[in-house]
Parts: sequence; C-alpha cells; structure tokens
Amino acid sequence: MARIQIDGRDFQADPRHNLLQVALAHGINLPYFCWHPALGSVGACRQCAVKQFSAPEDQHGRIVMACMTPAADNTRISVADPEAIAFRASVIEWMMTNHPHDCPVCEEGGECHLQDMTVMTGHASRRYRFTKRTHRNQYLGPFVKHEMNRCIACYRCVRFYRDYAGGEDLDVYAAHNDVYFGRDADGVLQSPFSGNLVEVCPTGVFTDKTLSAAYNRKWDLRSAPAICVHCGHGCNTQVSERGGQLRRILNRFNEEVNGYFLCDRGRFGYGFANDAHRPNVPMMRDGLGVVRAAPKKLVLEQLSAALHGRSRTIGIGSPRASLEANFCLRELVGADSFFAGIAAAEAECLAEILAAYRAGLPAARLAEIETADAVLVLGEDVTNTAPRLALALRQAARTAAHEVAETLKLSLWQDAAIRTAAQETRTPLFIVSPFPTQLDDIACSVLRMTPAQNIDFARALHEAITSVREGEGSVQNIARVLRAAKNPVIVAGCALGMKDLPAMAAMIVQALRAQNIEARVAFAVAECNSLGLAMMQAQNVEAALRAAAEPDTAVIVLENDLSRRAPPHEVAALSGTKKPLVVLDHMATPTTARADFLLPSGNFAECEGTYVNAEGRAQRGFPVAAPPGEAAPAWIWLRDIATAIGHPFPAQHFDVVMQKLAASLPEFAGIVDAAPGAGFRVAGRRLRSEPHRYTGRTAVDAARTVHEPQAFRPEAAPFTGTMEGYYGAMPAALIPYFWAPGWNSGQSLHKFQEETGAMQGGPAGTRLFDGRAATPLSLPEAAPDHANGALLVLPQHHVFGSDELSARAPSVAELIPAASLSLNPADAGALGLHQSAAAEISIGEEKLRLSVTIVTDLPAGTALVSAGWPQTAWLSGPVRATLRADAGDAAP
Amino acid sequence: MTETPLTANIRPGEPLDLGAYERAGGYRAARQAVTQMTPAEVIDLVTQSKLRGRGGAGFSTGLKWSLVPKLEATPPPRYLVVNADEMEPGTFKDRLLLEGDPHQMVEAIIISAYAIQADSAFIFLRGEYHLAAKRLQRAIDEAAARQYIGPNSFGGAFSLSVHLHTSGGRYICGEETALLTALEGKRAIPRAKPPFPQISGLWGRPTVVNNVETLCNVPHIVNNGAAWFIGLGKDTDSGTKIFGASGRVRRPGTWELPMGTPLREILEEHAGGMQDGYELRAVLPGGASTGFIMAADLDVPMNYAAVEKCGSRLGTGAAIVLDQRTCPVGMLRNLEHFFAQESCGWCTPCRDGLPWVERLLAGIEAGQGAEEDLAILEEHVGLLGPGRTFCAHAPGAMAPLATGLKYFRADFEQHVHDQHCPWS
Repeated sequence: MARIQIDGRDFQADPRHNLLQVALAHGINLPYFCWHPALGSVGACRQCAVKQFSAPEDQHGRIVMACMTPAADNTRISVADPEAIAFRASVIEWMMTNHPHDCPVCEEGGECHLQDMTVMTGHASRRYRFTKRTHRNQYLGPFVKHEMNRCIACYRCVRFYRDYAGGEDLDVYAAHNDVYFGRDADGVLQSPFSGNLVEVCPTGVFTDKTLSAAYNRKWDLRSAPAICVHCGHGCNTQVSERGGQLRRILNRFNEEVNGYFLCDRGRFGYGFANDAHRPNVPMMRDGLGVVRAAPKKLVLEQLSAALHGRSRTIGIGSPRASLEANFCLRELVGADSFFAGIAAAEAECLAEILAAYRAGLPAARLAEIETADAVLVLGEDVTNTAPRLALALRQAARTAAHEVAETLKLSLWQDAAIRTAAQETRTPLFIVSPFPTQLDDIACSVLRMTPAQNIDFARALHEAITSVREGEGSVQNIARVLRAAKNPVIVAGCALGMKDLPAMAAMIVQALRAQNIEARVAFAVAECNSLGLAMMQAQNVEAALRAAAEPDTAVIVLENDLSRRAPPHEVAALSGTKKPLVVLDHMATPTTARADFLLPSGNFAECEGTYVNAEGRAQRGFPVAAPPGEAAPAWIWLRDIATAIGHPFPAQHFDVVMQKLAASLPEFAGIVDAAPGAGFRVAGRRLRSEPHRYTGRTAVDAARTVHEPQAFRPEAAPFTGTMEGYYGAMPAALIPYFWAPGWNSGQSLHKFQEETGAMQGGPAGTRLFDGRAATPLSLPEAAPDHANGALLVLPQHHVFGSDELSARAPSVAELIPAASLSLNPADAGALGLHQSAAAEISIGEEKLRLSVTIVTDLPAGTALVSAGWPQTAWLSGPVRATLRADAGDAAP
Repeated sequence: MTETPLTANIRPGEPLDLGAYERAGGYRAARQAVTQMTPAEVIDLVTQSKLRGRGGAGFSTGLKWSLVPKLEATPPPRYLVVNADEMEPGTFKDRLLLEGDPHQMVEAIIISAYAIQADSAFIFLRGEYHLAAKRLQRAIDEAAARQYIGPNSFGGAFSLSVHLHTSGGRYICGEETALLTALEGKRAIPRAKPPFPQISGLWGRPTVVNNVETLCNVPHIVNNGAAWFIGLGKDTDSGTKIFGASGRVRRPGTWELPMGTPLREILEEHAGGMQDGYELRAVLPGGASTGFIMAADLDVPMNYAAVEKCGSRLGTGAAIVLDQRTCPVGMLRNLEHFFAQESCGWCTPCRDGLPWVERLLAGIEAGQGAEEDLAILEEHVGLLGPGRTFCAHAPGAMAPLATGLKYFRADFEQHVHDQHCPWS
C-alpha cells in the first residue's frame, strides 16, 4: 500500500492506482471527464487537476492531472488548493464556450455528468461572448440519438467504441475545436455495444433513443434492480418505469458479470414488455370453442374442473421463467410430470455444462475472462449468442499488452501508453468454428472446419495436452500455448446444439488443470434461466410432447412458446385434442394462441425472480411495476391453481417459495443468498424505488382519470415502490438506481464502490458451484458423422433476431435481418442458387423457404440457417437437409 | 571568416550529388564512425561536443541518445526519426539544409542511427517541402546504390534502411510524440511522457527524434572533434546555428553564424537593418512560439541561456521582426489564429482556450474590446502554461501573448479605450 496525503489527510492507496482513483475511493469529490474506470486515463480533459508537492518543504507545488499521476508512496497533493480550484473551473468554462446550454431540452438533463461537474467546480457565470461552433447531427440507428453541439470532446466515445469494443464505424474527425465524433456518414451504428455510448458520454451527445420515444427525467423514473433476460450471461441491469411503461435499461455494475457495460440486445430489448396487445386478462375457451376473457374466479373454477380426474397433468417449464415459477409448476404437477421445455439438442449441451460444474471445473468470472492469457473458442459465435462475454474476450486479447506494460513499469490505467508500447501485441486467442465469427479480427488463428472436424480437433487437442507430446501442426501449437498459459479460458456454448463442444471444452480445462494450470471454462447459454432450469433435471420438450400425446393428459405450459422448441408438426399435436392446454405467459405467442386457458403473467420487470446464469450464479431481479390488468406473477397463478384443485402448495410468500426450492433441491441451496429477502431493512426502512425528486405521483394518470392512482408496492421485495424509504449504502443486489449528492448521473456508481471496480459489500449474486471437489469427467464417446450426402444445416445466431423477447422490441426489430440460408459458393452453384435467391429447404417433414446468402468462408456441405426467427426457432441443433431452388422466386 | 560547416556545400542551383559530396569530404565521417568507432564512442563524442537540440528545446543530443536502452536489454527494431516537419512560422532553416545539401542529412542519419543502433530511420518531412523531398529521395537512392545505407553499411556489420515520409500537414506533427503517432498512421495527437520515446517510441520501440539541423552537425563533429565544435560557438553554447530574419528587414534570409552571435548583429549586419521608413519595435527571436524581445535588448547573444534570461527562448533562431507600422495586437491575433487552428483538439485548455484568445484579440483589434478582455487574456497566459495542457503547443502559443501583453499594454488599452485600431 502507498501512503497518500490529500489536503493534510493521510490515506492508504493501492500504488497501482492513480490519484484520481484514490481521491474518488475516499469520497473526495474531484471532477473528471475523460477518465473512465474501464477505459483508463489519457489526460485529455484536464479536469482532475490537483496541486502536487514534491517534497515536505515544497510550498509552491505544481499542477498535475490526478488521473495521470501514479499513487506512489508518500505523494502529497491538494485538491483544495486555490490554483487547482481555479484551473478546474476554467476547464469547465472552456468547455462551455461551445456547449449549447440547452439543459432544459436536453435528455441528459438531471443525470448529466457535465452538469454535475459544472456545479462542482463552481463555474457559474459566462464570460465568453462570441458565437459557438455548430455541428450537423447524424442518424445513428434506432438506439442512439446524436447531438454533437453538446460535445465537450472528452474522447470517451471513440475510446470505448473503437479501442474497447472493437467497433470501426464511429470515429473522431477534424481538429482543434471543430473535432467531430460520429460516423463518416449517417447510418446505423454497427457495434452491438453502441448503447454504452449513452452511459459513457458525460453529456447529451449520445442519448437513449428508446427513452426519448416516451421521455422522462431520471428523477421521474421508478427503478429496480433487474437481471437481463436476453441471453444467459446474466448481466445486472436497472430497469426504469413510468406510467405503466418500461422506459429504459441501464447497466448495474457487477464486477464479476458485466462490469460497466451491456450489449444493445440487453439494453434495448425491453421494448417487448410494452406491447399493447400482451395478454392482461385471463381467458378460456367457451362452449363454442372460442377463447374469451372471463373473470378470474370463473376461469380458475373451470380450469379446476378441466384438470379434475385427468389421469395425468404435465407441466412444461421455461428457461425464460424464474426458478421460483418453474419450481411452483414442478410442485403443482410433481417432479415426474415436470418437463423442462428445452429442445433436445440444447438440453444435452446444458447437461454437459452442468456436468463440468458438478465436476468442480470453475467458470471464469468477468475479470478472469478479461485477464486470461490464452483463449480457445470452440464453435461458438459468442458476439451473437452472449455478446457481453464477447466484449470480455476482446479485453482478454489485451492481456499480452498488459504484460508488455509490466516490463515498462506502466500501470494498467495508462491506456494510451500501453497501446503505444504494445501495438499489435495480442493474447493468443484461437477460434475453431464452422463459420466466420465476429471475434475473428482479434484471433491469432482461426480454424475453419466442419462441425464434425471441430469435435475431432477438440479431441486431438485434448489428447495433445494430456499426452504432452511435442509435435507440429495447429493442434500441437495450440496445445503448447495453452500449456504455457497461466490462466487460459476455454469458451463453448449451446448455440450449435452440439453437446460435444461444451463437453470437450470441459475436458480440455480438466486436462490443463491436471497440469496445475488455472484454466477455466466460459459458457454461453441462450436464455436467462437456461442453466437454472437444466439444474432441475427435467426431461426435454420432446419427452413432454410425447407425454402430452398420451390420452387424458392435461398440459400446463409456463411462459414458453413451444413452437420455438419443437418442429411445427410435433407442436401441432397439442391442439385439437380434448385435453385442456393451460398456458401462462406475459406475451402473445403461437402457443398462447392454442391455449384453452390463458393466464396472463408478469414479465421480468414485474415479478421477483431468481435466475441462474451461464456461470452458475444465482441472481435475483425485482419488480419495478405491477403486471398490467389482471396479470400476476406466474408463481401466484400456479398457487391459485393449486388452491383451486386442492393441491398442497409450497407457500404463500415468494421468499418462502424460494426457500422451499433451496431446501428441496440441494443444488439450489445458495439461492437464498442471491439477494436479501423482502424483510431486508436499513434502519427499519425499506429501500425507496423513486428518487426523492420524483414528481406527479398523484397526478401521473390525470389525463385519463382524476382518481389518485394506487401506489405500487412490491410486497415480496424490500422496496417501497415509491420515493419514501431509505437510500444510501446498500447491497449491490438491491441498488435500484445510482445517485449521490452532487452526482446525479450514473457516474455516482463510485460512491457505492470500495475502490475502482469493487462494490462495497462484494458483487451481487451467489455462485452455486463454487467449492466443488474435482471429480474426473470422461471423454464423450466419439459420434460417427453420418454424412449421407445431404447438406448439414447449423443454426446461426444473430444478436438481433435470435432472442425471442428482444426481437419484439420495436427498436431491435428494425435491425433484424431477413432470415437467411447461408451456403458456400460451390454448394450454391451446384443448385444454381445465387445471392438472395429463394431456396426451399426440407428437414424431415418440415420445409422452410429462405433467401440465400453466399458465404465464401464456409466448409462445403455445411449450411447455416438464421436461428430463432419465428419460422426457424425450432432448429436447435445440426440437422441433415435437402435443398432446392424455390420455384416461386422471391423468398418470403 | 568564421567556419560554416553546415552550409559549406550549399550554393544556388542543384545540390551536390554523391560524387561531388564525397569529393568535398563527404561520407568520410560516416565511414569512420561505422567502421572504426563503437556506438558508445560516437555518443561520447557528441556528448562531449555539447551539441544541443536545434528544434527549439535545446536538450543535449548526447544525453538524449544515451537514454536509449542497450541493445542487449531491448532487442531490435529501434528507430531514428528526423524531425523535418518545419512548420514554425517564420522558420526556414531546415529547408535550406535539406534542399541545399541532402547528402549531409543522409550522412548525419547514418552516424546517428549507428550511435543508437537503430536499424531504420525515418525522415518526417513537411508535406509542402516538395523540392526537399525530391532531393532527399535522390540522395537516399544514391547512398543506397553505394551501399552506404541498406544492409552492411560501408561493408561493416551495421545495417540501416532510410525512409522518407512526407507529412499530411499539421503543425502539431512537429511535436515529437505527435510526430510518432502520425508516422504510425494515426491522428497526430501527442503522447504523455513518460514513457519517453527512447523507451517506447515509434510502434512502441526505442526511438530517438532529432531535428534536421541538430543531426547535420554530427558528421562535422566526427570529422573535426568535440573541441573544434565547442570552439565554433562564441560563448557558452557550442557550434554554429542557422539564424534567420523575416519581417521588414532589408534582406530577409538565413545565415549560419556562431552560437552566441548577438541578435543585433544578425538583424543589422546580416539582415541589413530595417527597410526605409520602418523602425524595429520588437523581435520574436526563435519563431512564433517564443516571447518578444524589445529593441532595447537587441544586444542579447543568441545562446540558450542568454535569450531565456531575456524572457524569451532561442527557439529555432529564426527571428520575426515587428515594426512600428504594424499593429502588435493584429500580429498577436494572427499568431494566435495559427495556434488555435493548429491545436490538435486533444486537451481542453488548448482546444477551447486558444480560440477564445484568438477571438478576444480579434475583437480588440476590431474595436470591440471590453475592459475585462485584457484580464481574461492575462488569465489564459497562466492557465495555458506548462503542465496544465497536454503538450507544449499552448504554452508556446502563450509566449508571444505573455510578452505582448507586458510590452504592448498601452497599445492594448488604447484599442479598448478608443474602440478602434490605431493602425487601421
């Protein structure tokens, strides 16, 4: 530790930090702009100027930038020095020469770091009396608004977009006070991380276009801590609401999961929840066979009657429903009649991931991914399946640069200096994949091969690592690099539906760990609770559909669109029989359309729920609003059904349900610690959900009704739902929004951190598989490739389009490409297919009509089908298909 | 007649080709250094000669070279970069050297690169110097054909490739770290120091950046020794210097003169004094980013310490003369316009402070000055000072303003009071 004296007070500091970090960590309000905890220091804005004294007798001192000065032992600085104060005020004054002062009409207003810093420095009156420079703004797509006149040129946007996230289409142009941050021409930002610009920009240059569509100030938004539901990575978010609509998602820092950043699918996907046509009243099929709204009591009576006397009622759970809802369904129908509702191929992959965790193989935390010194990606296009994981791998590519920095005695925050010193030095990152991925640009080696060859390669690599045989060739080379690494990460996932990929990733990690290498796995899974549901050990959807086909069987489907889980002809068997099909969901799907009973449930922002992410971390989300109309949390419907049919039920209260789950399935024991329960209080008070400046609470609905609305009160959460209640230091899992006196923007995060990058009280969530004893895994049996001349079709995921929920968000929908069939030029040529031609593809009994995309870098005989589109979502693994040009020319 | 080693070969017309250059004694020094001296011996010799940087900062060249890590500690590649981005207003000394005697430059590069064991050298040339580019490239090609550069220079173990790069054209590229960034193909933005270029320079490798004129001294030091070089200077500083004068003098130009030549001698003897009807009022002694020296101080010897004592800097040694018929506020506005425009836009004080300064000056000159404007200008002199901005660009821009506000106070006040420029 280093001793740092600031204005006469002594502090202990990490000598690897800079003085700005030290000041902020100790609660000293030192303004800054260009420094960002994840992007480091570049010394551009000159806002964090302090006076540094060289020796005890030095009275004069000199102005230095705190962000560019290491926290060396015995450093003495003054933040309160008059010269430093005056300089900091001048920096704001300079920025304000061109800033338009349009705060009243700026959507950043009220949570603007520039506003906060302006007030903090005391610059209040304007002396610059000349004209301001103006810029033309650009259209940047459906997510981000652009207003360049507000720019203070801190360079954070391009440093994040280009240096950190690997984007290429946002840049800085021109020079002097005319610098322009934008694209070379209007157009959609291409990076799937563009939404972070909204939080990275310290003022209103980049703002959230989806919030803008129905805008409210931050202080008028009710917020709650939530878990992202758009993939299995489990990013922590804050979801905000007003007037019965979700308005936006912000990042909620979790050093072990998502750090400071989200992907655009997670940030902007929430729009699905605002669908005006979502089911919000219970419905049932009447005597004429028409499904109509009916009173809840009547629906439950009829439902009870319909279930009565059935030989069997089966339940089909959901990887996008909470653990508690799935558990309640399981309790209602019994463990033997509870099915996971996951397609077979994906379920097999999840089983392999669980096997790895149960065998004691550790999943890499965010920082462990970002600092890995070697990476192997096995057949997963991570940018499209778990984008946040891909962003972490981009940082891992810089681990080698950090080693260069160490030799030059540079600290990690010296970002520009490290980039200069390291240049193109990159961590060895190998990608083995049947098709191009969006991480290929940072890979030292990309091995393009057929799926079967992927597996063979992984087996050969495992063999090479285990046998420690020296040799030539790419297998030996990668084995050598991995064996030489200290903390490599092996990445795989479920996207291709090939269980041997995660299985072999686990085997490779096990082999490396056997050689005392701190290797870890990092898996990508598709949905927010895929892993949690898989942990319940229920059978897959094929078994469920077989069971449903048995006579006299009732079916309850929990928040699951089965048309995405099984081929259409199999799902069709559910309808038209005499069995009652009961569906709970918060959105209209092809499955709700088949329901005999439709019970409207609440979504992630309306219900408490625990989710297990891809690393096996249990995390809890809390409601920001009540479900609309008569909709209710799914577990409450299930409780009501149990009551109606006289079936015993776990509990009346959410926390008790969760505790019962933890008690009855031991693997879930840790979930009780995922977040404090409803009884959590600080000084006897619940936490408030709205800022203390929240306005219009009694008049928010006045345009529609003069009645004062009932305040939202989340019974099962430790929040008041209103602006009353405690706000201050609190567990990371419960922070509804970031605010601190003088820090209205999200930059107030540091007030909740122990030091840069570490939340007070530790990160949110509980890792369920930590501390397991290592047990040996066995090599998966080699599966022969039954190549029969037919095309092998693989599901190809896309960040916008493959996720069921976000695809319904209007902003995301704008960016979803048409579903396509990708072929290599030779395969396409053999069938006379050209780019954009229509093709008919036959898979078993199913036929798909798709537009052709030619991909040169694709192995012969392998084709890709856009995965997750309504017509293709049931494809969850590799299948053999035949192909012909479609007579009807234009593809649908 | 004093010796003029730097310009001895320079005469009107085409410069010496390789043969003529060699007949005039050229490449003897390079051959000797590369084949008979160790790199450390060359560095020692240059250190003993007390050669200081001619780009403006006056840093000891030998010391700069000695900060490059030993080859055993940091393996190749490593680079020598010649800063030929001569964009300082009023300065045209490097142009003379490059156009007039390109082989001298090439020879200087060979010896200097050898001293720091650089395997590649880059000449970062101002983009507008088309003639210099043509002549340099010809000289490089001739030297390469003779295997003076390229593999096994002069038949020895040392190998060197020399590359000519013409700049896209920004003043900031003359700042050594911005020059390196630009040479890498990136936006010309300076770098924070440390790490210094000697440790992590071009493409992150050990790099020395030297001014054209600085390097051109090196062959002569090798040929004639350190003592000779020290003897060339008139007083404290060694060697000769290419001084220059522009403004309303009779004979604007450049002259190679001993270090320490009095400013008066340069202006009155070499530049021929002022044109008829013009009186000298003040001088920027070393380019636009140096402070004014008033007529009363013209006897200052042009060496680093004496000019600094006079409240200015030797800079490039190319003097710009202000006469009594030119408005000093207008001159400063013109200078600050240049500096504001050439700010790279990286740090706030420079990017947004200089345009404010420029507009205040323009306002005052246009008869729209306000009482408080002078105070705001004074403030900027301090606020844009060293350490407050990212690099030396803004502090350099403040040098003429600081002295201008001091020496021409009455003129400023008259502008504001009369709401009119007395010279217009």
